[in-house]
Amino acid sequence: MAGVGIEAISKSYGGIPVLRGVSLDVRDGEFLTLLGPSGCGKSTLLRIIAGLEIQDGGEIAIGGRPVDGARPKRRDVAMVFQSYALYPHMTVAANMALPLRMRRLSRWQRLPLIGPLLPGARAATARIEEEVRRTAAALEIGHVLERRPGQLSGGQRQRVAVGRAMVRQPAVFLMDEPLSNLDAKLRVTMRAEIKELHRRLGTTFIYVTHDQAEAMTLSDRVAVMLGGELLQVAAPQEIYADPADRRVAEFIGSPRINLIPAKVRDAGAVEIAGERIAVATGLPAGSQVTLGIRPEALFPAMPDERGFHGHVRLVEHLGSDLYVHLDAAGMAEPLIARLRAERAPDLAIGMPLRLTARTGHILLFDADGRRLRSNASAGSSDIPALGPELFAEPVP
Amino acid sequence: MSVSAQTVAAIPDPLPDRTPRRSSAIRMRALREELAALALAGPATALLLALFILPVVAVFIIALSDWQFGARTLRFVGLANFAEIAGDEGFHASLLNTLLYVLMVVPGTVLSGLGIALAIESGRSLRALYRAIHFLPFMATLAAMAIAWEALLHPTIGPVNQALAGLGLPTANWLRNEATVLPVLAVIGIWQNLGFAMVLFLAGLKSIPQDLYDAAEIDGADGWLDRLRTVTLPMLGPVSLFVVVVVALRAFEVFDTVQILTEGGPGRASEVLLLTLYRESFEFLHAGYGAAVTIVVLAIAVMLTLAQAKLLDRKVHYQ
Ligand SMILES: Nc1ncnc2c1ncn2[C@@H]1O[C@H](COP(=O)(O)OP(=O)(O)OP(=O)(O)O)[C@@H](O)[C@H]1O
Ligand SMILES: [Mg+2]
Repeated sequence: MAGVGIEAISKSYGGIPVLRGVSLDVRDGEFLTLLGPSGCGKSTLLRIIAGLEIQDGGEIAIGGRPVDGARPKRRDVAMVFQSYALYPHMTVAANMALPLRMRRLSRWQRLPLIGPLLPGARAATARIEEEVRRTAAALEIGHVLERRPGQLSGGQRQRVAVGRAMVRQPAVFLMDEPLSNLDAKLRVTMRAEIKELHRRLGTTFIYVTHDQAEAMTLSDRVAVMLGGELLQVAAPQEIYADPADRRVAEFIGSPRINLIPAKVRDAGAVEIAGERIAVATGLPAGSQVTLGIRPEALFPAMPDERGFHGHVRLVEHLGSDLYVHLDAAGMAEPLIARLRAERAPDLAIGMPLRLTARTGHILLFDADGRRLRSNASAGSSDIPALGPELFAEPVP
Repeated sequence: MSVSAQTVAAIPDPLPDRTPRRSSAIRMRALREELAALALAGPATALLLALFILPVVAVFIIALSDWQFGARTLRFVGLANFAEIAGDEGFHASLLNTLLYVLMVVPGTVLSGLGIALAIESGRSLRALYRAIHFLPFMATLAAMAIAWEALLHPTIGPVNQALAGLGLPTANWLRNEATVLPVLAVIGIWQNLGFAMVLFLAGLKSIPQDLYDAAEIDGADGWLDRLRTVTLPMLGPVSLFVVVVVALRAFEVFDTVQILTEGGPGRASEVLLLTLYRESFEFLHAGYGAAVTIVVLAIAVMLTLAQAKLLDRKVHYQ
């Protein structure tokens, strides 16, 4: 077991930077997820940790030991690939046994026909087979050991891939989108199994995904990556409630967070479409800021209250919830609110509607997209208090 | 939601009152499609019939007769031609030569083609050039190439013997010596088919997913031999099967190099099946006997292919 130290890793392909100085400390036994959109460099970083790719700059240490010159075999890591990368010509048992055979048997003992006759080969092979059987039983694939990967279902293949990684008890598990080839239902099941596996083994897991639900449910910490940089590394709840960057806020949460451009009017308020809204920014009057309001933080205003007003453009029913798209006055894009179905029973397209939120649920970003924390709970990473409603004060 | 519900309701249901008209329209359309299919498949079928099926039928008929090439009459003799083949020592020698030739050319081609493909794939520069060089023999006119080989192997002025003599090694009259003629022809055959095998192996190597190599590396199979054994060779299985079958068939049908370089000699040391067939049919004008040889050759070729496919197919497709 070991932590992984990632220090200022950079990598370019043909002059195009893919990783720009990524630093990250993965703790021993932690489940860390690299989350980011397609092409942001997650796989590249994982492959550099595994030793399949060589970084242009920076250092990797596994269990405190620098491994930059070491080949993958010497790094004591195991990897589960998105494609599973099972050897199609070998049985499941042979697939799972391969990493052990390569490590424990000599080159001569591995030869076909004469290999098993050499001293020690038979005993070592028997031990390997026993370990493969145990691992397979733990993953409930004991009954398919003699089949080839081509004869397995997607879920079984995935388990074999995990089994091949597990069988030699590596210090670190690397997983590159291991669930993305499964259907939605199986993905949820396997997600729970991977979580359980991590709990049982207590080994360090580094898990790559672009699926935020996977990242949120599995991880101890999530590292959000974008354009080859780490934007934020924090616990899932914190990433959601307290994003450090506008891009993190945009990437996490579904539907996407509403981003509303606003102008600072004075120390205690901003202006949107001529309306004064009570948000303290601490910025000089006239500065541009962006208000981020999560769809689930919006709710319909009381009939006599003010709010973002406009007409309903679209209502999407999701059973327990509704997504309401509102063409709000003075805004370029529709506001999206996620409402409990019972709170807005008879919304229809074209109806007038006012939406409001509480100041404590507002995320404020400066012109560069950095988070401004001077409102509600300045600088703290706690979930901000609710605060009063946005439009509470009357217009002066 | 409400939008889509409205949209669905807005489309009038066309089925109840229009059913009879639509079914006749469907019949018309089916008829049109059948006519179109006939028009499209017809020419190809006619050509196939004229160029392939009818000639094969003709060969079968001729094989049962004593027809002399160019004669106006023929007599059916049943299986007499086949009986003659069974007892003909010339045919036996020719069959044995052909089999030996195939047994030398196939492994030689497969191994050298694979070796060169691996070398080209692992190198970085000049790949296209190497590919072209090795593929050239496959495309070049064989007659011209055969003459070049003849010059190379000339007993006195040929560069091969001169080089050997220069090194103090024994020389030979390669194409006039019973012991060397078949191996030398096999080398030429390998040289001829090498490019073909290599191009197929290169394509096969390209289609091996990088993930498998990565997995092998992490699993500890990171030496070149281990990588070859765990990933490359098994994944080339289907391509190898195809190469073996095609090269075996091409070797089985060797004719032009033999005809140009040795005409089957010395004696019958390099006489191969197609040469026998050609001679019997067009030199000795025993068309009936030649046709019977053709059928035997065809039968052996078909059997070889089926046997190879049956034996190897299940081992290389991993399902
Ligand atoms: N071998 C390579 N040669 C050139 N460019 C590469 C190579 N590997 C990756 N890249 C580029 O590096 C960038 C990051 O790739 P990477 O595979 O790490 O993305 P990713 O975050 O894993 O995306 P995905 O979620 O789609 O798997 C991409 O723009 C990709 O085109
Ligand atoms: Mg990837």
